[in-house]
Amino acid sequence: MAVASARSFLLTSIGKKYLMGLTGLIWAGFVFAHMAGNMLIFVGADAYNKYGHFLTSGYFIYVAEAVLVLSLLVHVGCAISLTIENRAARPTRYAVTPNGSKGVTLASMTMAFHGSIILVFIITHLITFKFGTYYETTVDGVVMRDLHRLMIEVFQNPTYVFWYVISLVLLGFHLSHGVGSIFQSLGLRNDRTAPTIQKASCLYGVVVAAGFLSQPIYVFFFAG
Amino acid sequence: MAGTSQKKLNLKLKVWRQKSNKDQGSFVEINAEGVSEDASFLEMLDQVNESLIKKGDDPIAFDHDCREGICGSCGFMINGNAHGPQKGTTVCQLHMRAFKDGDSIVLEPWRATAFPVIKDLMVNRSAFDRIISAGGFISVDTGNAPDANGLPVPKPDADEAFANATCIGCGACVASCKNASAMLFTSAKVSHLALLPQGQVEKTERVLRMVAQMDSEGFGSCTSTGACSAACPKEIKLTSIARMNRELLAATLNKKEAVEGDGV
Ligand code: SF4
Ligand code: FES
Repeated sequence: MAVASARSFLLTSIGKKYLMGLTGLIWAGFVFAHMAGNMLIFVGADAYNKYGHFLTSGYFIYVAEAVLVLSLLVHVGCAISLTIENRAARPTRYAVTPNGSKGVTLASMTMAFHGSIILVFIITHLITFKFGTYYETTVDGVVMRDLHRLMIEVFQNPTYVFWYVISLVLLGFHLSHGVGSIFQSLGLRNDRTAPTIQKASCLYGVVVAAGFLSQPIYVFFFAG
Repeated sequence: MAGTSQKKLNLKLKVWRQKSNKDQGSFVEINAEGVSEDASFLEMLDQVNESLIKKGDDPIAFDHDCREGICGSCGFMINGNAHGPQKGTTVCQLHMRAFKDGDSIVLEPWRATAFPVIKDLMVNRSAFDRIISAGGFISVDTGNAPDANGLPVPKPDADEAFANATCIGCGACVASCKNASAMLFTSAKVSHLALLPQGQVEKTERVLRMVAQMDSEGFGSCTSTGACSAACPKEIKLTSIARMNRELLAATLNKKEAVEGDGV
């Protein structure tokens, strides 16, 4: 019985929203941690490489990667399924688009669009870094990957930096609507908390995007 | 009458005309001349229809009943806004003083797969009736009227339940949602009854059944945009949807299967 009702719950439109919310929460947490960790770029090459080495030695990385990949698949899968249902529910557009207080927010209208760009970005980003050129370095007598050197190289390329900037601005936008919606979808919003959640969601998007952007921009203009 | 303005408006209407559900439908331009600023939007349409009938044309079909904002019959899109430009207003309560002389006004029916057009600006909203009959009620015993204060309800709960009970089922939420989602409507009824002691008996079944019916009618899902709440003439809040979401989760976890011998 438990399995059957969990299944029917997850198949409702609201159940899929719970899945979107939970997996979105995992990724929202991950991008923040990733952004914060990368701030070691400003500390120095050794600190940055040591941090990368620490993360990738041990089993932790496999568990984390599995959770992230699975979450991403569920998030994208639900997004596709919900988008198809939503388009079917409203195939005709109105002749006039409303503006003013009865209009809709741009971020929520375009979630599928920036979501898709972010997905492409994640894939190219993994190819460039995780599966990119393997340089080696020795820090404190330990041989490790010199990710810092690769990063400096990549961020000399204006095309890549441009693509990076666009994608991260869109990520910020995605988060500014998405983080607040997590609370809504998981039923964690009420009249008292709603305004704060809205502001915090915008702030989250801005902080993550600004933090990430500071890195390639710094490397492109000042380091290298 | 004191305070009655004498200003008359001449307007260009672009109205969606569609003979039946089978028909394609298209916009037709119709002039509305000499409209009083004090007329309601529907009175303006009555006037237009009178002249159409005199000319031997088919009048514009639109739903209406109470004309005082309480029945939920009226509603269509005015320049892309459900129930027109004002917040917290049904189209029957919208007055022509909200428009300027010479304005062109585009009138379109609610658009949603679950709300097929019957004729012109009229759509079939029986999907809403089916959602309500799936669980939007309480079972009460007949007999003497209970004592007014026999069942204490905390004031904040009573207020919140009442705010949700004001939903008139007009469908503006579905019409203005880019996904044609019926979540605001369904959550208003779920919230109304979940907040009151009388609603507790069927609490679990109610939300499970109403959501299942809502999904099967072909409405979309909620993207937390808030266009529904902005268009809602009763200003039902988006947080009602969050409440319905948690009610659904709780109902899934608490659901008890009836077993043989339970008298079911
Ligand atoms: S929630 Fe508001 S817009 Fe939707 S049906 Fe009820 S009164 Fe109309
Ligand atoms: S006609 Fe009854 S609400 Fe408008």
